[in-house]
Amino acid sequence: MNTDTVSTTGAAPAAQPALSADSDYNFAFLDEQTKRHMRRALLKAVAVPGYQVPFGSREMPLPYGWGTGGIQVTASIIGSRDVLKVIDQGADGTVNAVNIRRFFARMTGVRTTTATAEATLLQTRHRIPETPLREGQILVYQVPQPEPLYRLEPRRAQTAQLHALAEYGLMSVRLYEDIAHLGAIARTYDYPVRVNGRYVMSPSPIPKFDNPKMHLNPALQLFGAGREKRLYAVPPYTPVESLAFEDHPFEVQRWDHACALCGASDSFLDEVIVDDAGRRLFVCSDSDHCQTRQQAGHTGTAVNQQGSQP
Amino acid sequence: MYVSVKGGEAAIENSWRLLAQARRGDPALPELSLDTIAQQMRLAVHRVMTEGSLYDSELAALALKQASGDVIEAVFLLRAYRTTLPRFGYALPLDTGAMHIGRRISAAFKDLPGGQVLGPTPDYTQRLLDFALAADGEMPAPLPAAEPVAAQMPRVLELLNLEGLIEAERPAETGADGAAEPTDLTREPPAFPATRAARLQSLARADEGWLLALGYSTQRGYANNHPFAGEIRMGDVVVEMVPEELGFVIDIGDIRVTECQMINQFSGSREVPPQFTQGYGLAFGECERKAMSMALVDRALRARELGEAAVAPAQDEEFVLSHGDTLESSGFVQHLKLPHYVDFQSELELVRRLRQAHRAEGNAE
Repeated sequence: MNTDTVSTTGAAPAAQPALSADSDYNFAFLDEQTKRHMRRALLKAVAVPGYQVPFGSREMPLPYGWGTGGIQVTASIIGSRDVLKVIDQGADGTVNAVNIRRFFARMTGVRTTTATAEATLLQTRHRIPETPLREGQILVYQVPQPEPLYRLEPRRAQTAQLHALAEYGLMSVRLYEDIAHLGAIARTYDYPVRVNGRYVMSPSPIPKFDNPKMHLNPALQLFGAGREKRLYAVPPYTPVESLAFEDHPFEVQRWDHACALCGASDSFLDEVIVDDAGRRLFVCSDSDHCQTRQQAGHTGTAVNQQGSQP
Repeated sequence: MYVSVKGGEAAIENSWRLLAQARRGDPALPELSLDTIAQQMRLAVHRVMTEGSLYDSELAALALKQASGDVIEAVFLLRAYRTTLPRFGYALPLDTGAMHIGRRISAAFKDLPGGQVLGPTPDYTQRLLDFALAADGEMPAPLPAAEPVAAQMPRVLELLNLEGLIEAERPAETGADGAAEPTDLTREPPAFPATRAARLQSLARADEGWLLALGYSTQRGYANNHPFAGEIRMGDVVVEMVPEELGFVIDIGDIRVTECQMINQFSGSREVPPQFTQGYGLAFGECERKAMSMALVDRALRARELGEAAVAPAQDEEFVLSHGDTLESSGFVQHLKLPHYVDFQSELELVRRLRQAHRAEGNAE
């Protein structure tokens, strides 16, 4: 596609109608035995928030590392009346999100949407939508590395023991060392959290900006790591605390800019380089949030300068 | 104005079309048929079947065709298809002793019952490009052997076993219900320490290049193995199973496999007298390099069990088994192509902030 003149304000309807599912495959691709296996593991994950449940990950028609964990979770819980939203980096239009959405449209025939509020099931990579989630919604995270301790201890046989003993001293030392060397904790995404006061958990590579959204969220949050063969969960209204120290409290990123398209000053902004001189523009990473605001009449500096969008 | 939000679908569809066009190449040339691939690219087909964990030369040929000859991509296609197949049960253990031999050699004994059978091997060719092949040259037909290949050939390790010189083969671990149900890594997550069945399955599915390099490392001093190719045999074996509803053994077909039993010196421990130990390799089709590498790595991974110090990478079970699967490694390495705008934005913000602090500190001094 031509990427230098693309509008974000096109008033295309957010929802795509349901199609008929591909009859060559079982509903949602996985066979029913596998779905049962997945659901059992998910129930266990919900029962022990933040605990990584090993599961028999299947080889999917998309590559490991490209969302197979999230895809398997979605495939095992999606029903024909669900409305599915898929985002990557906060946007519905990024290529892999498009591909995953098409996969489910083909394998289930369910209705898909880009509107966070309309979706019953949301699959995400690297973001939590800006629009607050509500009860009854399920957010499925694609997780590349479920083990929060892997940089400190690569052996999973060892880390399993550390979790069992709630022995998280390594992590505290690591965070402390950051403060000693750099004056601040140098983790900006995949920032470790403690769930329900017990397990230290990887929130997946969401920016730490999104961490507070996990805390006491009314939606069910499910995490799937296909390649590493682990599932975990944060049930609705579960406390999720970002690790920090009393004298170095947890803080999220702040920008000196507002979104150039919708003027939002409280959303996560992506920086885009707009010309050879390296001029930058800051825009919402959550494309649905940005469009909803624009449709409600909010505008940012880029729009004010250039008049209405093509 | 840049913000790519819409249009991904059209771009993806066009990328599919370009891929199909590139795959086909010049339409004036005849298209490869699956039979042609299976017959004339047979070793590539065998490798795809082995690492794809699916014995079906036609599907493997299709995968290779679809992947334009990219073996790792073909393995991926075959595995993804395999996920959708129903499972009827487990076959009985293969009796490779009753193999219909296509090749059988031992590097440990000059001669042995059944003899050395070279079979179709490139081992003794001179690796000179054969320009006659470029011109569709005729080939000389093989001559019939003076005597037929023996129908039964004892395995070399069994001959050694008569003297008690090699460790006894251990029966498979039994499951909780007492049945010898093997671990199946395509249904269960791996656990460490792994059972031998899980290890062998993992190695059988692992990338040949990964095993080759690790096996090679054991020959260069990173884990001392002192291996001998006790026996390598390739040929057709019968697959049998007992369907639950029948209750008796039925023959469901023949498959071609390559088996390698490496013999390794073992100086003994407090419990066990000095004897030879073995490493085992098995692959579909004619994947001899794979079977040999697998046997070396299998033996290296027995360090813990044999009370050897595990000091080398090839002896580190979690390291070896966690990184040999090409679906996992290729997928994760290539996922770096996916957008990481959000993480990178977070890092940008951090580095700018740290640089600011660094500057401020410099100014203060």
